[in-house]
Amino acid sequence: MKPRSSGSVIRLAAPLRALAQRFSFLLLVLASIALMMVGKIESVSVDSARARVTDAFAPILDAISRPAATAARVVESAVELENAFDENQRLKAENARLLQWKQAALRLESENNSLRSLLRVRPEPSVNYIAARVIATPGSSFVRTLVVTAGKRDGVRKGQAALAGAGLVGRVIEVGEWSSRVLLLTDINARIPVILSNTRQRSILAGDNSDQAKLLYLPPDSPIQVGERVVTSGDGGLLPPGLPVGVVTAVSERGIRVLPSADLSRVEHLRLVDFGLPSTDLDPSPDSK
Amino acid sequence: MTATFWQKVDKTGRNLAPFAVTVMMVLVGMIPLPVPGYAPVAPNLTLVSVYYWTIHRPDLMRPGVAFLIGLLQDFLIGGPLGVNALLLVVAQWAVLNQRRVFLASTFALLWFGFTLVMAGAVLLQWLAFSVLDAVTLSILPALFQGLLTVAVFPAVGWLLIRVHRAFLNG
Repeated sequence: MKPRSSGSVIRLAAPLRALAQRFSFLLLVLASIALMMVGKIESVSVDSARARVTDAFAPILDAISRPAATAARVVESAVELENAFDENQRLKAENARLLQWKQAALRLESENNSLRSLLRVRPEPSVNYIAARVIATPGSSFVRTLVVTAGKRDGVRKGQAALAGAGLVGRVIEVGEWSSRVLLLTDINARIPVILSNTRQRSILAGDNSDQAKLLYLPPDSPIQVGERVVTSGDGGLLPPGLPVGVVTAVSERGIRVLPSADLSRVEHLRLVDFGLPSTDLDPSPDSK
Repeated sequence: MTATFWQKVDKTGRNLAPFAVTVMMVLVGMIPLPVPGYAPVAPNLTLVSVYYWTIHRPDLMRPGVAFLIGLLQDFLIGGPLGVNALLLVVAQWAVLNQRRVFLASTFALLWFGFTLVMAGAVLLQWLAFSVLDAVTLSILPALFQGLLTVAVFPAVGWLLIRVHRAFLNG
């Protein structure tokens, strides 16, 4: 383009380009570190940006996660077919046992109702469930979240509990228009207020990125046994009380470990609990009103 | 005139292939498989793709592109922003500096090179998350993820070679 000074330009251009390249590397490294800081400070706006990006990619994630789910189901049904006879025997026995429990539950329910009417207890807020499919896991060793196919327009709000199968899976931390993100209770940032079912000891369940979570803030001499059930306490009004969370598997000086009742590594569908509480102070971002 | 215009469009489309493939790797890496304990050790396909394209087409896998892909990954996986962006930018820079060695070498050496890059990535990731969470995390899951990624490297590499030949040999 500039023929008269091409020689000197070329001589200058190579080191300049090298400099620019090195500079862009440094600039991008600094930008990454700046983003980490911004993410720590401005977590609300980062969350809403994240929800938008997740929303944009949710349809693709949904589409590509379907074949994998189908393949897994085919393999699983083949395995189940093999064990059908044993499984049938086991289920029959379990059914007989559950029928007895059903009788007990019905009796207790009627008793409960009559006692409640005597005491004029205010009924608990009604609970709705929103079903959603899991379309993505982070694929990272240090983050335990799930992306599901239900968002603001399905009634999902920040802070709702997520249940799968036998128990609590986690809590909604970010809501997009048609997708949302669930923080699993084994994530290092997860804190769930819980109560131990036998000792009535209140505690906080904290994840540490392993398969089991640990209980925090328990008095040192609390009489907790292995096998005790852990349920949500409902403290703080975040989660409904009494949702099953897990079972105590180890009591030692290093802490008390809890194995989640739900199998967190193979959640395909989950239910989000619409507790009927106004999520005002939990959700500083302007809601769709 | 029109021919050159369409040629330009075609060329641009082809040149976008590395970027598009890498984004696809980000998404494929997030597919939930109902295998116990899979999610924390799911192979880091994005890093494989960035490694491959930095060696073969550094003009199409620039630091800015690596940064953007890392940022997208940070947004999608729900971790702290900037960690994967930093990881991919550093990996791209490291590979670019040793590119001539890789380009002239055999597949085995390419694999070995990736093992080194992956080891660095595991360390960097562990360090970044430990600092951001202000606790010493266990490095084991990251280590297993690294091993799994190194194990799938030949398969993913083969796929990338196919894409490379299909779109960018002209």
